[in-house]
Formats: sequence, C-alpha cells, structure tokens
Amino acid sequence: MNPDRRRFVEDALKACAAGCPLLLAVIRLPAAAAQGPAGESGYDATEHLYGMGIDIQKCIGCGRCVAACKAENDVPMDGHHFNTWVERYVIDENGDVTVDSPNGGFDGFPPPKTESQIRRSFFVPKLCNHCANPPCVQVCPVGATFSTPDGVVLVDDTYCIGCRYCIQACPYGARWFHPAKQVAAKCTLCYHRLVKGLVPACVEVCPTGARTFGEVEHRPTPLARFIRMNDVQVLKPHLNTKPKVYYANLDGEVR
Amino acid sequence: MQGYIYPNEFELQWSLLIVLYPYITGLVAGAFILASLERVFNVKEVQPTYRLALLTALAFLLVAPLPLQGHLGHPERSYEIFLTPNRQSAMAMFGFVYAWYLAVVLLLEIWFDYRQDMVRWAEESHGARRWLYRVLTLGATDVSPGALKFDDAAGRWITIIGIPSAFLLHGYVGFIFGSVKANPWWSSVLMPVVFLFSAIVSGIALVLIIYMVTSLFRSRPVDMRCLDKLASFLFYAMIVDVSLEMLDFVHRLYESEESITILSQMIESRLFISLIVLQLVVGTVIPLGFLGVFSPALHRGLARGSDELRRLIYLMSAVLVEIGIFSIRWNVVIGGQLFSKSLRGLTVYKVELLGLEGLAVTIALMALPFIILWLLVKVLPPWEEGPVRVAQASM
Repeated sequence: MNPDRRRFVEDALKACAAGCPLLLAVIRLPAAAAQGPAGESGYDATEHLYGMGIDIQKCIGCGRCVAACKAENDVPMDGHHFNTWVERYVIDENGDVTVDSPNGGFDGFPPPKTESQIRRSFFVPKLCNHCANPPCVQVCPVGATFSTPDGVVLVDDTYCIGCRYCIQACPYGARWFHPAKQVAAKCTLCYHRLVKGLVPACVEVCPTGARTFGEVEHRPTPLARFIRMNDVQVLKPHLNTKPKVYYANLDGEVR
Repeated sequence: MQGYIYPNEFELQWSLLIVLYPYITGLVAGAFILASLERVFNVKEVQPTYRLALLTALAFLLVAPLPLQGHLGHPERSYEIFLTPNRQSAMAMFGFVYAWYLAVVLLLEIWFDYRQDMVRWAEESHGARRWLYRVLTLGATDVSPGALKFDDAAGRWITIIGIPSAFLLHGYVGFIFGSVKANPWWSSVLMPVVFLFSAIVSGIALVLIIYMVTSLFRSRPVDMRCLDKLASFLFYAMIVDVSLEMLDFVHRLYESEESITILSQMIESRLFISLIVLQLVVGTVIPLGFLGVFSPALHRGLARGSDELRRLIYLMSAVLVEIGIFSIRWNVVIGGQLFSKSLRGLTVYKVELLGLEGLAVTIALMALPFIILWLLVKVLPPWEEGPVRVAQASM
C-alpha cells in the first residue's frame, strides 16, 4: 500500500474511534435531558407525581406565601403579576359575596368594608393547578409549555414565542405575561427547589401550615394523607382539567 | 374595573392587532368565496368582479400574518410554528393552513387565470415589464386552444378545492376562539360557522366597495346587473349570518349558565356601543333594511329606485356592513377579555394611539392591503380594457 494512502486510512480509523463516543454521547443526550437539570444529582422525575393541598380553614391571609413566591421566582413586584395570590371572600347576611385581593394579598388584608353583618369570611390561596389535563399545554403552538413526568406544568422561556394563547386558555387566571422576558410565565411549584428535595417557597413560609406539598398517589407523604383525611375539592371541576391542587373546606362560592 | 378580577387579568393579552387578524382573514375568505360564485356556480352577473375579488383576496392574505407577527413577544421565534408544531394546538395549524391557501389555492388560481394574458402582455410590452411578465408566466407560454382549455379546467378545479379551503381558513380562525373552554364568551361550537358567514358578508361588501370606487376612479360605468347581484348575495349572506348569531344569542340566554350574569352586565355596559349600536343597529339592521327594500333580493326589490339611488344605497350599506363586521371581531376578541374568568368582575381596555399594538399601526396595517392591491392591479389589470383580454378557450 502506498505510504500516503496507508497514513490516510490510519488517520481515518483513528478519527472514527475518537468520534464514536462523541456520537454515542449525542444519541444519549435526549435521555439525559429528559431527567431535567438534576439528572446528575440522582433525581428521577418519573418516580414522582406532585400536587398541593390547601386547607381554607387554616389560611389567615397574611400574604407571606405571595411575598416568598415573588422573591424566590423573580416575579415582578407590581400588583398585576402573580404565581400565587390570596383572595378574600366576605359573605354578608344577605348572602351577597364580595371578593378582593389587594396587591394579590402581598401585604395582607385591611379590615373588610361592609355595611351589613358578615355571615362568614375566609381566604383562598390560588396558584397554577398543575392540571393533569392542562388546556394551556394543549394550545401552545410550539410546545414551549409542557407537563413534566413528575406532573408539573412548566414553560420553556427560551422557546416560548409569546403568543399568549396559553394565558387565554387557563381557566384559573394563573398565567401571566412576563414584561421583561416577553414570554408566558407561571408557578413552577419551585421546580428548582423540589428537584433538590425541598418544598416550594410558599409552602415553606406558611406560618399555619395551610399549604401541604407532596406526592399525589399512593405514597405516605403529607399530601397523600391530606387527601385521605379531608373532603377535598378542586376548582372548576366541570372543565375536566383535572387539577392537582386540592382544597379542603372549600366554599361553593369560590371560582 | 368593576367587581373582582384575578390579579393576572389586569392586562389584556390580545389587543387591537388580534382584532384585525380575524377581520382581515375574513375578508380574504369572503372575497374568494365571491370569486368562486362566478367560476364554479356560473353566476355570470358577478363576472366583472371575479379577478378583482381574487386580487383583493391575495392582497389581504399577504397582510394577514402581520398583525399576528407584530403581536408576538418573540416574533423572531415564530418560525418554530413550522418546525416544531404542537399537533394538539389549534394555533399551530395556522402556518400550514395559511401556506396551503396562499400557495396552492390563491396563487395557482390567479396564475392559471392570468397565464394567457401574461404571455400576451410579455409580447406586447417592452423593457422591465416584458421581463416581469416573462418571469410570471414561469416559462409556460403555450397558448394553443388545448393549453387554454387546460388552464380553464385547472382554474375550475382549484376553485372547487378553494371553497372548502376558504371555509377552512376562516372556520379555523373561529375554532381558535370557539375551542377555548375556559372562556364562556368564546366557547361555542357555532363560533367557526358564525365566523365563516360573517367573513362571506364582509368579503362581498368589500369587493362591492372596491368595484364601485375603482369604477369611479377609472370613469367607467358600473355594471348595474353585477351590483344588484352583489347586493342580493350580500343580503342573503347577512340573513344567514344574523340567524346564526341570533341562534347563538338565544341559546346562551335560554341555557342561562353561570356566566350569563356577568356576560349580560358586559353587554349592557362595556360592549353597549360596539355590540348594540355598531354591530346590531348600524352594521346589521340598517343595511339589512336598505338592502331588503332596494336590492332585487326579495321579489325584484320592494322599491326599485333609480340606478343612482341604488348605487348610493349599496355603497352606504356595504360600508356600514364593514363597520359592523369589524365590531363583531372587536366584540369577540376584546369582549372575551373584558370579564374575569372568576365571573365576578369586568375590566377595561383602552386602545393606545402609538406603540406597536396601537391605533396608528392598526390603521397602517389596514391601509397596506389596499396599497398591495393597487400594485397588483397595475401588474395584473383585472378589467378587460387596456390590453384586451383574449376570449377564453372554453367560450
């Protein structure tokens, strides 16, 4: 064999040998990516299914959860963008319902203004319901919003085109448009925390334990117990979105 | 603001530009369906508007994606709709429906219809114009009777495919709204059908206006038979459109779901001008009355009136109809965002004057199709004088 040709063949074989692991790495990349950023830390998304329980009777409307969420998730500090907010329902003796949420409940609530006697009043923390049948995911034209294997609905803000169809499709008003990033934004259940084994910031700071975070199915976790021990309801069940935020002691007036 | 709205609902997500989008696509679909009347259903009276309607549809279709593009938070990523469409999403189909309609239906139909003229114009003209027509013929310069017969047959078949495509284009826009179950104002199975018939109404009215105005500028007499026919079709399409809307309205009222209270409040307050006054009275009742009386739609016209009077009434009615259809789009798009999904309150929408989604941009985008149409008419004259149109092979 001509020496030049031999050298060429040798070089080509070496290049192939060097390239093979690289090729394999590329092929294996999607599998690694599916585990999320915590894949290296041993977190396996397929082993979990998360949800939240909220006990209306325990919520005192302090707004700590709202503040913690804004700080943790870089949510604009104005009064029109919230991953989670708290509503106050005041039902007077005539049965008339007044709902308010000043600044999303961030600063707590001033005494209710009502001329008649109050029959009952309560606070309702709201957030993305991380629906098992999410209309927002269905409508996203490019698939930038998606359900993770562990049941969390997320937005890829490097991919979202900003059409806002998902915001229209959410029946709960849980999505908002990020004014700086120009993409849809929402509650992530503090995904960056839960892959490290931490609970969402709103759950962490709640002084009365009104929020319970954990596994939805068949596991001895606080949420599974919460669902077992309470009569739980979800919001707007007639829309068949299958929410994974469960409310205990929920009043029929809440929408 | 009135009552309670979710804090995230303070900002309206779809603004004036998204009102414009269904309005423009409606005009496209309507103009095309009008053109197809002559081609497929052999309504010879409307022949003078056939090519004009096609060019109008093309001019508006070229502008249709611009309001959407302008509204996106990241317009530079919009191509992802083509590359990685979410097949579950109604909106993801936009690119494909649009491309199909533009490339397969409209451009092809216009090309087949104009091919023999373009071949002749290429021979008759000089310089750049000659080259332009040569390029536009795509090298297909055979004008033998056999080839012309093929053109005619191809055009007819494309129109036959085009009618359901036009239905798809605009029905699909209606589906984008009608399929949002979170929104009781939008969520209706009738939405695509209502969109479609209002599109036909707006398209006929637009072509009628353009035909009359261009005739005026060209100092040519208006073909009254054509105008009477257009007015009659406008009347019939409006009757169907109004019936469907009334059905939707009565159905909502009769079912009286939990949203009925807040929707009634919205109609009585926020939408009073745009829905009751503009859509219903100005855009529907008045033109319907005038067309019913003066057009030959009902038993050769209840009152005949002179040609002059009828022309005036048709033009005025068509302009009112356009205002009414724009109001419909407004009432759907903006109305659907004025009430809270908590069904406990109403918000407000203020149109900004300047800015990307403001009034100025909207007016500019609305003017753009007319500029494009003017250019198209310069290149591809839709009327018979000037370079005389060769008699069709099939005739």
